Amino acid sequence: MGASVLLQHHIDEIRPRATIEDVLYVSSPAIVKRASLGFNGLMACIYWTRAVQYFGNRHHDRSETFNELAPLLEITTTLDPNMIPPYQFGATFLAPRSPSGAGEPDRAIKLMEYGIQHNPDNWHLYYDLGFVYYTELKDYKKAGEAFDRGSKVPNAHPFLKLLAAQMEEHAGDFATARMLWTATYEGSHEKNIRQNAREHLRCLKVDEDVTNLQAAVDRFTQLNGRLPTSMWEVAMAENLRGIPVDPDGDPYQISGDGHVLVKNPDDFPFITQGLPPGYKRTSPVKFHSES
Amino acid sequence: MNSRILHIASNTFREAVRDRVLYNLIAFAVLISGAAILVGEISIEIERLVVVNLGLTAVSLFGVVIAIFIGIGLVSKEIEKRTLYTVLSRPVRRWEFIVGKFLGLAGTLVVNTLFMAIGVFAALFYVAHKLSAPDALIVVALYFIILEFLIICSLSLLFSSFSTPLLSAVFAFSLFVIGSFADDLRGFARVTHGITKWFATGAAYLLPNFSALNVISAVAHQKHIGVQLILQNTLYALVYAAMALSGAVLIFERRNLK
Repeated sequence: MGASVLLQHHIDEIRPRATIEDVLYVSSPAIVKRASLGFNGLMACIYWTRAVQYFGNRHHDRSETFNELAPLLEITTTLDPNMIPPYQFGATFLAPRSPSGAGEPDRAIKLMEYGIQHNPDNWHLYYDLGFVYYTELKDYKKAGEAFDRGSKVPNAHPFLKLLAAQMEEHAGDFATARMLWTATYEGSHEKNIRQNAREHLRCLKVDEDVTNLQAAVDRFTQLNGRLPTSMWEVAMAENLRGIPVDPDGDPYQISGDGHVLVKNPDDFPFITQGLPPGYKRTSPVKFHSES
Repeated sequence: MNSRILHIASNTFREAVRDRVLYNLIAFAVLISGAAILVGEISIEIERLVVVNLGLTAVSLFGVVIAIFIGIGLVSKEIEKRTLYTVLSRPVRRWEFIVGKFLGLAGTLVVNTLFMAIGVFAALFYVAHKLSAPDALIVVALYFIILEFLIICSLSLLFSSFSTPLLSAVFAFSLFVIGSFADDLRGFARVTHGITKWFATGAAYLLPNFSALNVISAVAHQKHIGVQLILQNTLYALVYAAMALSGAVLIFERRNLK
């Protein structure tokens, strides 16, 4: 027996490993459903587990592509349209662009609508649909419509109505984005989703800080007729308690041409402000652990 | 009930136990415990779903395998061992023999299912830390699985009354698979025309409808199962089993045992 195990180990090292692409022999949801002989629920659980393991492994290996995520989620939800976690997972990881997601917002939208069709009384799905429209497609009108649809569901959370109203006038505001990511963080028990939401909230703080600091730099320039030489000058002018720091505790910096910059942009994978000119992300997305 | 039938039934049950059929409960217990412990580590937010789906699917599949592999040998083994002649000379009528065997096998499966049900509820309690009122729906699913076993047992006996064990197993298993596609067969019948439609419709209604007896997914999501469906399914299973058993009796009555 021991010899057999040892030999297997050596054989596994010589032979190429089966990848998920090799293992996903059947990518048609309809065929998988037929093959399950009526035991759709169990097959759905198996495919959902595979989807979670697939995403976890790719993320662990710092891969930038998640090509099989959409097929796995589509098969899972075809087998069991009432299983909710796959839809929520899809909203968070199917839509965003690489490296944080599969970069397939249209497929994510299709998945959400399928979920809503089969679970019309689950307000979370309308929230997830609106979330995808807001964060990835920046289609605030459709996001508002989704939130509004969800707000009409019995026992829907009251914030859906609030979000629908926010989309009308304040869609691009930091407060609205913070509200959405906080709702995502608090509304999920899944570790990956919570970590992703937490990371977005961190980066949102940076974007907001940089925007406010840039406005302060512009005010200083207008008042004094010159660019500030350091962030200390800006802090003094604005009566701040000290030099503003990012969520990692590193002080924000000012470039020679008066732009506010983040010291370590690699630590903030989703920021859109404070990036040095010509910046290209070199390291994969790293989620900071919850403290 | 006829005491001869009861004696044959209880002997059939004892033989099944002696053949270590109930050892499958060990495999089931290992499977369901492993799933309950591991599912939280490898998947997310579906612990309860996995336990219910896996537990009930295992109950169904284990039971179908037992029903087929024991059912196909019920008559042929007795002929092979020549004990059938002794039994029939008691005197036991041929139909009593068939009905007794059926009840014995059905009883074995009911006992097996009972122990498995305890395992499913125990695993559910382990992952959910409590049992709630909607979990009682699992009993409905288990009841439907038992009805499924009655049909499979009667079909296995039907085939074993005239065919070899191997062919009986193939026929019985094929009917189980086709019966699982009963909804698709009906859908196919609806979209076809002419003689194909008649043939497909005939097949759809003649073949056993196991998809109507499969409410595992609905129960896993705590969806309500109507009393009408429970009553209709019960009647259907009893009528279908009676039909298959009648066929088995008719064939066995006319069979030359020499």
